Amino acid sequence: MSLDEGTINDPTLPERLIAEVLEAYPDKSRKRRQKHLSVSTTPDAEEKADGALSECDVKSNIKSIPGVMTIRGCAYAGSKGVVWGPVKDMVHISHGPVGCGQYSWSQRRNYYIGNTGVDSFVTMQFTSDFQERDIVFGGDKKLEKIIDEIDELFPLAKGISIQSECPIGLIGDDIEAVSRKKKKETGKTIVPVRCEGFRGVSQSLGHHIANDAIRDWVFNQEGAEDKFETTPYDVNVIGDYNIGGDAWSSRILLEEIGLRVVGNWSGDATLAEMERAPKAKLNLIHCYRSMNYICRYMEEKYNIPWVEYNFFGPSQIAASLRKIAALFDETIQANAERVIAKYQPLVDAILAKYKPRLEGKTVMLYVGGLRPRHVVNAYDDLGMVITGTGYEFAHSDDYQRTGHYVREGTLIYDDVTGYELERFIEGMRPDLVGSGIKEKYPVQKMGIPFRQMHSWDYSGPYHGYDGFAIFARDMDLAINNPVWGLFKAPWKKEAA
Amino acid sequence: MPQSVDKILDHAPLFREPEYKEMLARKAEFENMPPVEQVTQIADWTKSWDYREKNFARESLSVNPAKACQPLGAVFVASGFERTMSFVHGSQGCVAYYRSHLSRHFKEPSSAVSSSMTEDAAVFGGLNNMVDGLANTYKLYSPKMIAVSTTCMAEVIGDDLNAFIATAKEKESVPADFDVPFAHTPAFVGSHVTGYDNMLKGILEHFWKGKTATPNGSLNIIPGFDGFAVGNNRELKRVLDLMGVDYTILSDVSDQFDTPSDGEFRMYDGGTPIEATKNAVNASATLSLQEYCTPKTLDYAASFGQKTKSLHYPIGVGGTDDLLGSISELTGKPVPEALELERGRLVDAMADSQAWLHGKTYAIYGDPDFVYGMARFVLETGGEPKHCLATNGSKAWEAQMQELFDSSPFGAGCKAWGGRDLWHMRSLLATEEVDLLIGNSYGKYLERDTKTPLIRLMFPIFDRHHHHRFPVWGYQGGLRVLVTILDKIFDCLDQDTIEPGVTDYSFDLTR
Repeated sequence: MSLDEGTINDPTLPERLIAEVLEAYPDKSRKRRQKHLSVSTTPDAEEKADGALSECDVKSNIKSIPGVMTIRGCAYAGSKGVVWGPVKDMVHISHGPVGCGQYSWSQRRNYYIGNTGVDSFVTMQFTSDFQERDIVFGGDKKLEKIIDEIDELFPLAKGISIQSECPIGLIGDDIEAVSRKKKKETGKTIVPVRCEGFRGVSQSLGHHIANDAIRDWVFNQEGAEDKFETTPYDVNVIGDYNIGGDAWSSRILLEEIGLRVVGNWSGDATLAEMERAPKAKLNLIHCYRSMNYICRYMEEKYNIPWVEYNFFGPSQIAASLRKIAALFDETIQANAERVIAKYQPLVDAILAKYKPRLEGKTVMLYVGGLRPRHVVNAYDDLGMVITGTGYEFAHSDDYQRTGHYVREGTLIYDDVTGYELERFIEGMRPDLVGSGIKEKYPVQKMGIPFRQMHSWDYSGPYHGYDGFAIFARDMDLAINNPVWGLFKAPWKKEAA
Repeated sequence: MPQSVDKILDHAPLFREPEYKEMLARKAEFENMPPVEQVTQIADWTKSWDYREKNFARESLSVNPAKACQPLGAVFVASGFERTMSFVHGSQGCVAYYRSHLSRHFKEPSSAVSSSMTEDAAVFGGLNNMVDGLANTYKLYSPKMIAVSTTCMAEVIGDDLNAFIATAKEKESVPADFDVPFAHTPAFVGSHVTGYDNMLKGILEHFWKGKTATPNGSLNIIPGFDGFAVGNNRELKRVLDLMGVDYTILSDVSDQFDTPSDGEFRMYDGGTPIEATKNAVNASATLSLQEYCTPKTLDYAASFGQKTKSLHYPIGVGGTDDLLGSISELTGKPVPEALELERGRLVDAMADSQAWLHGKTYAIYGDPDFVYGMARFVLETGGEPKHCLATNGSKAWEAQMQELFDSSPFGAGCKAWGGRDLWHMRSLLATEEVDLLIGNSYGKYLERDTKTPLIRLMFPIFDRHHHHRFPVWGYQGGLRVLVTILDKIFDCLDQDTIEPGVTDYSFDLTR
């Protein structure tokens, strides 16, 4: 039912939709919102030479407007939910009232292998459950007690991170002092993270703060392991959170080309993997937005180069394997070619099966800080077309990179509001929308197929060749399910 | 190569393939995880009495609590009023969390807005956020009412909602006569059930303040925070209609969280009409179906001369008897024969299955009223609710539970644990085993760790679909709860006797 009005045939539609949604705002908010909405344009000569397909020029990383139903989260979500939460052998305390930890409990699907509650703690909710007295008298004493209790009841935990919720920074607690003191007493790594939810404008500052906490409280600590024997092929995978096993279906490829992954940040990670990171030869960064900070630091401090890669879809996987291999010797380069060739029959089979079912289908995306561009070529490989994309918490460098992925005339929306997204989708009638849980059900009610692109809609992995098979299958099952044909009652159909 | 297009393996089977097992074994070499023997030793210790004692000696740390924070309850209750948008004043991430949480349970849209306060608002207060925010919400989402609650950030800095909303109206963010009820809902006090109470009282206060009530014989019913509200409220209305009662359900989310798929996204659907909410001041009585969701609201209703009464989640025979009895008592309407017939059918079903239920032991956790109602039903079936736990349960609740246990021979040796969490429950299940665990999706970790079969009857249920569309209240709901428990018992028994030639002598066709 969404096939009738293709957007590709009407190049003016995106502009018209932007004008239309802006109409709905009060003046002050309209002025602010219009800077975040645009249609990608022809890149200038320099950008073109650099490989850009279009230019995506919107303002980003600015405060959300009150009352508009932003889809964004907060700094705590960026730190606890994204960066720190997946580190499996540490306990992460949601420090403050009960809610933040409760709502984010087990929701990011950071897969890990471990004995939960004994040597691993990812799918548990540890909280200081602040009460009024903690707000009034401060929570530092309670935090000390909590660390002692964790030490007693969870003796195999390698360390503790303290994920600050809003009140911590407002009541003047000194969690850094508590951390230093407790580190001395317990001998374990204790990491205070100032990721109070009101800091910054989105999850993004939480990522940055979490990165800085690794720098300040994990790297260069006295007594940290230093016996590690290195090889010339040691790499860290940075910014893969192992959603549904993404990091595993990536790692298998990196190992196959002859690299040794000595640390994976932070899906299925251990504290040891983080501590050891500065010993690697190269940092491979997947989610640039959430972890570029620590890569830049490692480059500056330890001379470790970093390179962005993309393991979504066969064309990007092959390009990435070659790009990574080029930084090593000929053996690795030959391996990369061998691996690409090995998987080519699988890719061919996937495309033979699914491309005919998906070719020409249009897709709108609205995700976090990486996927709105990183998954574009995976769709492209299947013959699908991105007609709109946007980020919850991107910065201008993300939009710059986006131009390398999307074609001219793509609708671009930064920090989109519920109202805008609904109108855009209604107007564009794409064949598929990829976004989050809050967007899933409104979109499906409109009769438009949907996949959650944060959690892989409880599926995955989507990374690597093995993941691409699942990705293709999932897009097909979303779009080609018969339920979408049942929406209108037969007597209504006749009437229309 | 494990993946093939003919049989695409997703995460569960994929990572069990030999290539991945080998890869994970290689990864383990880089992890510095503790040696297996040590892990086994500690794992065993966490299930010991020694560990249980240390675990229960915890004073400050909360692990896997079974409660959420106030604004979740506020957003939930507000969504049960006609075209009402929740506006949560404070940090924006919180609102993203409430919406996600509700959507994951109901598999439905959940709309709410935030005033998106950031560092500057933390310093100067969030007045501008309120003024601009209300204007935007009013203009974009065309609500009939905006219900304002707060995140803990706004509470810590002490923003004054009353004054802020008045200022926003002066600045014409919304028309002066537009309904903007509010409630302070600090996350560091109580839990989501407290937020339900505060927001509901705030809404009623907005409409009722200064009114003189003229009792008209009608009944207000407050369902309370309830993950099964879609099925339960509809069942409740059916029962009330059968009884011929003139009623107003104060906050009815049943349509809001069950909109049809027909091509149109309804941001608002159903809910208690604003007019009915205003008129509810003239009801003769207000009946709460969950005591711990409504203490302040009931006091407020009582201040208008209304009779008030509260129940504990009307589940099972006695729970439903009390519901019907209370409605009858408060309205003078008798219980019709049709409902008596339904009662007989539930009792009939229980009698048919009693042999399978008698003497079964249970652990039950969840909100205080649910745990009470559920334990009461279990007692009626001849079951023993050994461990009853409510993280948001108080000493008073524990005493009520003890009274319940004392009322039945099957309550001997049963204990209520208020203020405890699911890590405490793990110790209870590990040291004093029970046959069945009743709770929500978080209970699956307890099922994994202690092998206690889990029955999901409490919010939130993320990993099973559509349970909330069917009632658990009333005699009809009782049947459904009964069948759910029985199915679990029979499925477990079948699984336990399914090995050919070894255990399948008991794989009986008829049970």
